[in-house]
Amino acid sequence: MATMAFNRALPEIKTDPTNQPFFDGARAGKLLIGKCNDTGKFFWYPRGCSPFTLSNNIELVEAKGTGSIYTFTVMRTKEPYCVAYVELDEGIRVFTNIVDCDLDSLKIGQKVKLVFKPTQGDGPPAFMFTPA
Amino acid sequence: MSTNGKGYIVGAFEHPTRKADNTSVAQLHAEVAYGALQDAGLSKDDVDGFFCTGAAPGLGPLNMADYLGLTKLKHLDSTDMGGCSYVMHVGHAVEAIALGKCNIALITLAGRPRAEAMATGTAPRSWGVNVPDDPFEIVYGRTVANAYAMCAMRHMHEYGTTSEQLAWIKVAASHHAQHNPHAMLPKVVTVEDVVNSPMVSDPLHRLDCCVISDGGGALIVTSPEIAKSLKRPLVKVKGHGEATKNQNAGYTDLTYSGAVWSGPRAFEEAGVTPKDIQYASIYDSFTITVLIQLEDLGFCKKGEGGKFVADGNLISGVGKLPFNTDGGGLCNNHPANRGGMTKVIEAVRQLRHEAHPKVQVPGCTLALAHGTGGLLGTRHGSATVILERE
Repeated sequence: MATMAFNRALPEIKTDPTNQPFFDGARAGKLLIGKCNDTGKFFWYPRGCSPFTLSNNIELVEAKGTGSIYTFTVMRTKEPYCVAYVELDEGIRVFTNIVDCDLDSLKIGQKVKLVFKPTQGDGPPAFMFTPA
Repeated sequence: MSTNGKGYIVGAFEHPTRKADNTSVAQLHAEVAYGALQDAGLSKDDVDGFFCTGAAPGLGPLNMADYLGLTKLKHLDSTDMGGCSYVMHVGHAVEAIALGKCNIALITLAGRPRAEAMATGTAPRSWGVNVPDDPFEIVYGRTVANAYAMCAMRHMHEYGTTSEQLAWIKVAASHHAQHNPHAMLPKVVTVEDVVNSPMVSDPLHRLDCCVISDGGGALIVTSPEIAKSLKRPLVKVKGHGEATKNQNAGYTDLTYSGAVWSGPRAFEEAGVTPKDIQYASIYDSFTITVLIQLEDLGFCKKGEGGKFVADGNLISGVGKLPFNTDGGGLCNNHPANRGGMTKVIEAVRQLRHEAHPKVQVPGCTLALAHGTGGLLGTRHGSATVILERE
């Protein structure tokens, strides 16, 4: 049995001045991730401080946009959708959706690649993943 | 400084309602407070410490203290860590009593999510405004159900845990619930019933989920001196531990919970080990919640929870670790979507030897109550208490 991912209506993402640069990146088709310049480590989710040192010696860098499924689930609502953590090739696990595929065929460890989906209103698009 | 033995639970009351159409949340708080005070043999004006959470109507404890007519309060605490808050409150109350900040602490919980037709587990929701993780999670349809389901999926992947093993947790809860006249789901179910129930969020079926119920509960915690002057069996707080588990800056691991920290803290303070525990109240928002917490509390090795819970090992009178003998959140109730309160209440019943005779652990003298609050799959609080009948 196949369950095709439904292109559900996505609520508008409410941004704030701290995360605005991340979402400006999303509008430009880029997935940006946090990088702590004190430790050299990447972090998720993007924020105004390093979760390793609490300093603001941080920057946003562009991720390659490829990774693998760490875990997932299919919400069996009227419009089924897949919620997942994808482990980016940069090593961090991001909360996301897997789209544009048969949701019954997904497996942990499966390779995925970046896509963007529009949200309602004038907000930025949401980054998601689809099987590579 | 240890707080082992510095506080006793002398009052416990669980509201019998499961659907509270014709009352208010504030009035439910009043009814559970009155019930717990009656149980302890105390009255409202004896209370000088008050504990509730953000789920109580109003500004912290302020509006409820006013509604309840609590005029002698010297110590207030509205620590809110979701469903485990009330387990934390027991620990915090003992700390306050040990320091002389108050003598008689009242802890209350009440809510009406069922009467309000709240889609507790399957509708995306935020915990408030200005929450920094919301822009990175709400748009993806994060719900309570899918945040726990992802933990189950990963646990199955790493350790070979099966849906049938998870189902045993519901089966055990249902064996207990059949003896509870207030339980929402009093019918005994089988492993087949669970795995054949509709899928909610893979791999969690409808019967892997807790109920949605109205109601509430209250506890009274006091000093050793006052406890010994009252007429109820003595239930001593021997140990308490709490923790938060974060998403860990993107290096998240969903196979364990904050119980890996709160559990050892409580056991160390109590001076006992998991092998000594005769009865355990384990937060059961979903079957997977129980399995992961049992491993993390040290009742079995990490990854062996599936084998541990199978074949009735959690059924009172049958298995080695009787759990949630009121039917738990899985079958009895989950008032206000917060199960920590009822976890402590059933542990108190067991230690008083006042559980239903069919599920009472014979000679029960040492019990544990443990809760998780928030989402196991993102960030959550964890609290453990160890209680002893004296």
